[in-house]
Amino acid sequence: MIANYGYKDGSGEYYISIDTDKCIGCTADRACLTACPKLMFEIITDDYDDEVAWVKKPNCRTLAYDCADCKPSAGYTSLPCMTACTPGAIKHSW
Amino acid sequence: MNAEVKADTLPEKKEFWRWQENVWVDESKDWKSAKIITCGIDVGSVSSQAVLVVDGELYGYNSMRTGNNSPDSAKNALAGVMDKCGMKLEDIHFVVGTGYGRVNVPFAHKAITEIACHARGANYMGGNGVRTILDMGGQDCKAIHCDDKGKVTNFLMNDKCAAGTGRGMEVISDLMQIPIAELGPRSFDIDSDVEAVSSVCVVFAKSEALGLLKAGYTKNKVIAAYCQAMAERVVSLLERIGVEEGFFITGGIAKNPGVVKRIEKLLGIKAMDTKIDSQIAGALGAALFGYTLQSKKAAA
Ligand code: SF4
Ligand code: SF4
Repeated sequence: MIANYGYKDGSGEYYISIDTDKCIGCTADRACLTACPKLMFEIITDDYDDEVAWVKKPNCRTLAYDCADCKPSAGYTSLPCMTACTPGAIKHSW
Repeated sequence: MNAEVKADTLPEKKEFWRWQENVWVDESKDWKSAKIITCGIDVGSVSSQAVLVVDGELYGYNSMRTGNNSPDSAKNALAGVMDKCGMKLEDIHFVVGTGYGRVNVPFAHKAITEIACHARGANYMGGNGVRTILDMGGQDCKAIHCDDKGKVTNFLMNDKCAAGTGRGMEVISDLMQIPIAELGPRSFDIDSDVEAVSSVCVVFAKSEALGLLKAGYTKNKVIAAYCQAMAERVVSLLERIGVEEGFFITGGIAKNPGVVKRIEKLLGIKAMDTKIDSQIAGALGAALFGYTLQSKKAAA
């Protein structure tokens, strides 16, 4: 399942997508949990009883601000969450 | 001079936003001979529904306005439909809670998100050809893809503000002093097409709507501009995950042709029809999940 967390507002579209099929039997040892400096990811049991990552609720409404420090404008060339998630489950829309 | 105003001389405050609450049971079925009875309760921010499923088939429901708290709303919604058919809580084998108040449904055996429940409910209502679901709820909006079993494959939810939601439509209904059920038809009763209001944010839309009225727009034109804005907003949400044929709309706004027809025009596809009340999709899906879980339990 592709789960999209985030929002669209007047300034743009801010979504983090997680391909939760890749989280089932994660081969990166749940690296997303510790890689994110804002600790935005969490492992939950979803509606189909699979243990997958999601973005914590409060962060879903403030992604543009929360992620600003990791983005190229802050000097990063790759995002810590995407680098750590070697199965390639995480994508950003901006 | 006596400035006292007697209560019976006060003007009646009309609630234009008030939508039709509904209780229904399928009189052709006898729940007493059923093997498995399950219930889904969807406590949303604006409305609450309780749906009874008997041996995997829709049997009855109650759809009403959400009260002051989730547990009471859940109890009242369920009591309404149980009273109608003489059922008691002990007769129900499995209860699933969903919606924003799902964890506060007092008698629920399990809580399941509204995303999974809407997909399951839409699959029942529209058949296994349903692939894209738009749920326009009271205070949020969801775009969902599902497979032929109603299992979610992709979803996106916007709950950041009430724009493009049922609550937004209620506000416009009150502002225009036009019953909510009339908004859709009236939005087509205009002499020329109108531009969408620039914002569907409830606060800005209110002042923009008032500005348009002052500028000489008829009420119908203002409603049309608001319906167009809502349609454009949800379409941009849908486009993010893509729209596949087998398009189904759930939630209260599915009953507003002013929004639905404009969405269909923007997408270039028609939404699937159903005879079942679009507002019960979440609770129906929850009850169907309950049926699967109870069946597994019984078979173990
Ligand atoms: S997001 Fe990536 S690292 Fe985190 S659990 Fe899923 S697959 Fe593993
Ligand atoms: S970009 Fe940075 S803050 Fe945002 S989710 Fe990734 S690691 Fe966390």
